[in-house]
Amino acid sequence: MQKHLADTLGAAVHVAGVVDTAHASAAAHGAGNGDLFGHLLEHLHDSRELDLPFAHIELPHFASIDFFGVTVDLSITKHLVFLWLAAVLLLTAAVAAARKNAKSAVPKGIGNLVEVFLVFVRDEIVIPNMGQAGLKYMPYLLTTFFFILTMNLMGLIPYGASSTGNINVTAGLAIIAFIMIQAAAIREQGLAHYLAHLTGGVHWVLWPIMIPLEVIGHITKAFALCMRLFANMMGGHTVVVSVLGLIFLFGVVWIAPIPTFFVVAIDLLEIFVAFLQAYVFTILTSVFMGLGMQSESHGGERSKANH
Amino acid sequence: MEANALGYLAAGLGAGLTVFGAALGIGKLAASAVEASARQPEAAGLIRTSMLIAAALIEGVTFFALAICIILATK
Repeated sequence: MQKHLADTLGAAVHVAGVVDTAHASAAAHGAGNGDLFGHLLEHLHDSRELDLPFAHIELPHFASIDFFGVTVDLSITKHLVFLWLAAVLLLTAAVAAARKNAKSAVPKGIGNLVEVFLVFVRDEIVIPNMGQAGLKYMPYLLTTFFFILTMNLMGLIPYGASSTGNINVTAGLAIIAFIMIQAAAIREQGLAHYLAHLTGGVHWVLWPIMIPLEVIGHITKAFALCMRLFANMMGGHTVVVSVLGLIFLFGVVWIAPIPTFFVVAIDLLEIFVAFLQAYVFTILTSVFMGLGMQSESHGGERSKANH
Repeated sequence: MEANALGYLAAGLGAGLTVFGAALGIGKLAASAVEASARQPEAAGLIRTSMLIAAALIEGVTFFALAICIILATK
């Protein structure tokens, strides 16, 4: 009941924020529905301004740098600010939990909470897929899990934005995952065996077909990781913004409770999706790492054929 | 019909077909996972893990198509 109230309040503040800005834009442009759509979408896209309650911060622009013909714009945007915020939040929580846990053998408080997630990641994700050798990759996988989770959840608080709704952020995460998958495979098997696995154990005549296929397979897996996370987060927020926009489409106040309750329900689903997508990213990364780490001992060709 | 209208139509039809395919695939997956858990409750944890991984892979493909539909609708 309290959570329901809090969520309704959150949604109401969301609406209040949208109403403020929508009124301003309507007054300024005499806007019709097209402008409403574009303006609502601004809440989803990256922007150079931070819209806080009763404050409007213009973020610094830096000039674009020309980088061998590619223009790179390194100015600070909303998603970048929330990325840093998530990182700072995570660092604080992790250091606090580590300090709490170092003091006594029995974890308490925030140390206990973090330990629940840690044991979950270790026993359900790392050990079944990568075995005991996977424990040295635990820091990376834990970082992935908690970072994505924090970024996803930041999109649900009012005036927040989820950085994972930006394809550049998820592309960065996927590139790092790709590098880690290859690094794990090379480290466990050695470079020669890793390259041998790329051929898949077929006759050497088929190598020109097999090797590009394997390489494309690896790249596709990383690309899928990127797209899955991005589209899940973007899609959820798009639905929320669209349903709230229905209020403005109808233009009458008394219809406001219906979309608001619908949005509250979808926000609860979004919380679940935030956890689920963090879990799925982590477990897929660990599955791919585990596939790369399998040595030739127990029927290497057979286990490769299984995927 | 002009190209813009055809683009919007294609985006809408594409999104609907994508959801249809994904729901069909994940529905079959969930049905067999639940049935397997009912037959052997001790394996429910392992089955749940495999189900989540397979569902995530199917949904990943869905989101490729969805991204293409969004590009169609906004360009």
